[in-house]
Amino acid sequence: MMHELRIRVGPAAFRIGSAWRAPVAALERLYAAYPTPSYCDYTVRLEPARPWRRWLRPSVMISGDYMLPDAAPLPLVQGLLAAEMGMNLQMALGWRRHLLLHAGAAEKDGRALVMTGMSGSGKSTMAALLGESGWRFLSDEFALLGLEDGAVHPFPRLVSLKNEGIEALEQRVGHQRLGPRLRGTPKGDIRHLVPSHDAIQRMDEAALPRLILFPRFGEARAIRTVPPSELFMRLTQASTNYVALGEAGFAALTRFCETVPARAIDYRRGEEGLELIDQLWAQFP
Amino acid sequence: MTPIRRLAATLRDPRLAGSFGARQWNALIAVARAERLIGALAVRLEGRGLPVEVEAVLADARRSSEQERRAALWEADCCRRALKDYHGKAVLLKGTAYVAANMDAGAGRSIGDLDILVAEKDLDEVEKALLAAGWEWVKEDAYDDQYYRRWMHELPPLIHRERDRMIDVHHTILPRTARPSPDPAAMLASAIALQPDAQQKGVRLAKFSSWHGLHVLSPADMVCHAIAHLFADGEMEGGLRNLWDIDRMLREFAGSANFWDALAVRARRHQLLSHVRRALRLSERIYGTPVDEKLRGHNSRMDNLFEARLMARDGWGRQTRPLLRLAFTIRGHAMRMPPAMLARHLWTKWRRS
Repeated sequence: MMHELRIRVGPAAFRIGSAWRAPVAALERLYAAYPTPSYCDYTVRLEPARPWRRWLRPSVMISGDYMLPDAAPLPLVQGLLAAEMGMNLQMALGWRRHLLLHAGAAEKDGRALVMTGMSGSGKSTMAALLGESGWRFLSDEFALLGLEDGAVHPFPRLVSLKNEGIEALEQRVGHQRLGPRLRGTPKGDIRHLVPSHDAIQRMDEAALPRLILFPRFGEARAIRTVPPSELFMRLTQASTNYVALGEAGFAALTRFCETVPARAIDYRRGEEGLELIDQLWAQFP
Repeated sequence: MTPIRRLAATLRDPRLAGSFGARQWNALIAVARAERLIGALAVRLEGRGLPVEVEAVLADARRSSEQERRAALWEADCCRRALKDYHGKAVLLKGTAYVAANMDAGAGRSIGDLDILVAEKDLDEVEKALLAAGWEWVKEDAYDDQYYRRWMHELPPLIHRERDRMIDVHHTILPRTARPSPDPAAMLASAIALQPDAQQKGVRLAKFSSWHGLHVLSPADMVCHAIAHLFADGEMEGGLRNLWDIDRMLREFAGSANFWDALAVRARRHQLLSHVRRALRLSERIYGTPVDEKLRGHNSRMDNLFEARLMARDGWGRQTRPLLRLAFTIRGHAMRMPPAMLARHLWTKWRRS
């Protein structure tokens, strides 16, 4: 009865079960280049909110090993988003092998750039843009910070492009790398982007962090230094498992804040953001 | 074998784990998480050289439960400090008690809220001390607040404003309205003081800085409480985990002299004898627990239904058998309060929702 799909993204393996074929078919197309694991870390379920909701105005309830008690169901046409949210939920609530930072990340010259900030700050779009302009895309959602090695481990799931981000990327990549446009989701319009072949092939290659940025989209161009104390506080809030990791999380985060320079950048357009990033990247060899 | 039966069988005999394939592991892990038994399973399977992917999941679970243990003991210590001027006994219950007393039932156990038991006459004093130390009311609703104070076995839940952790202050172990009415005064009277490095009545203690003023229930009462929690309080949600607690305790306490006699005496005193008998039978059936034959009594046909309820989950972690679960939900409510009162309560809750 359940349609099953198994996907590995970086170090995490998922088993997705769906009451409908459609979300699994959409995932199969977009995740075709990803490895299929035998053993899975997490189970994600896409189920009807009520039995009759399988056919009648079908709506998807997101559940799995880890769940939020009051998550609102999504219409079936947004099944792809439901699967993405289900996978994120397992990572956010369950993952203990790395310190999880809610952040985008990309790699160049063997070192990682981490970008964090509020939802809508543009970090997803920026990570995707970097991935199309000479950087290796690592993640648009979770940067996995190694507890022992201090490196940023890739989690290159599909990029979840939102609103203005969709147009910015549509101009640069072919349609075969894009999912359907999902209109009117709780997060606005969404379109999924398959990361580059290289990003997927090298999903097990970690990189030591060289710079962390707090991008802010839509403001006049500016650069501000973020002191380690502020960085620490902001990153405890950006981490979903900092508290659950206890001492190991504290040690990893302290080391990160003491060794990685941090800047806040404001920019009006994607190109301006890329320029600022190149400028800062050159300053911190 | 269904995945949930495989979970019970593997907890009972970890050697089985060597023969599972990937599909079986995926289902087993999902079921164990859903039943909140993943930590216990991970502790049971430690060092067996399983596939690396499985070992990674189990190591995560052990790390999580170790952190939960540490947080639970810290919370108990915060409570101890808040109650330093209270001269009655404060008794740790459930998961926190199991880890504080260093019991097998605490190994890998998930622990959420802090549950303590104090004398009913002291509730005001304890409540004031906790409020002064930073705990705050969760239930804003006057009806809920009144309902708790008048009918429940605990104060309305309190959450600490800085640590965001909940404490349930009990004055007995079942709602006042429930059919069995246990004897909390007797429980308090025989509760055991936690002291570092002491060995008392079969309860070993966690090495921890200071336990001054904190207690745990005596072994027989602890088992009675776990059994009341399994059967008489609620809908048997998460029953397999509660039964695992009971299995661990029975095995650990069985070695001490007169344990089974003490259990029979306490079960009668707390009006839980039939529940205790059934729990022994189910624990024996599902986890192979060696139990006292006289006390366990004869199998009943109802036992099959209880077992089916405990096993109502599939390999995706979903609950199955909705009608059976509904029957147990109704039974749970019927045991908790008389029908007229239940109707009035549900009516009020419905009008307000």
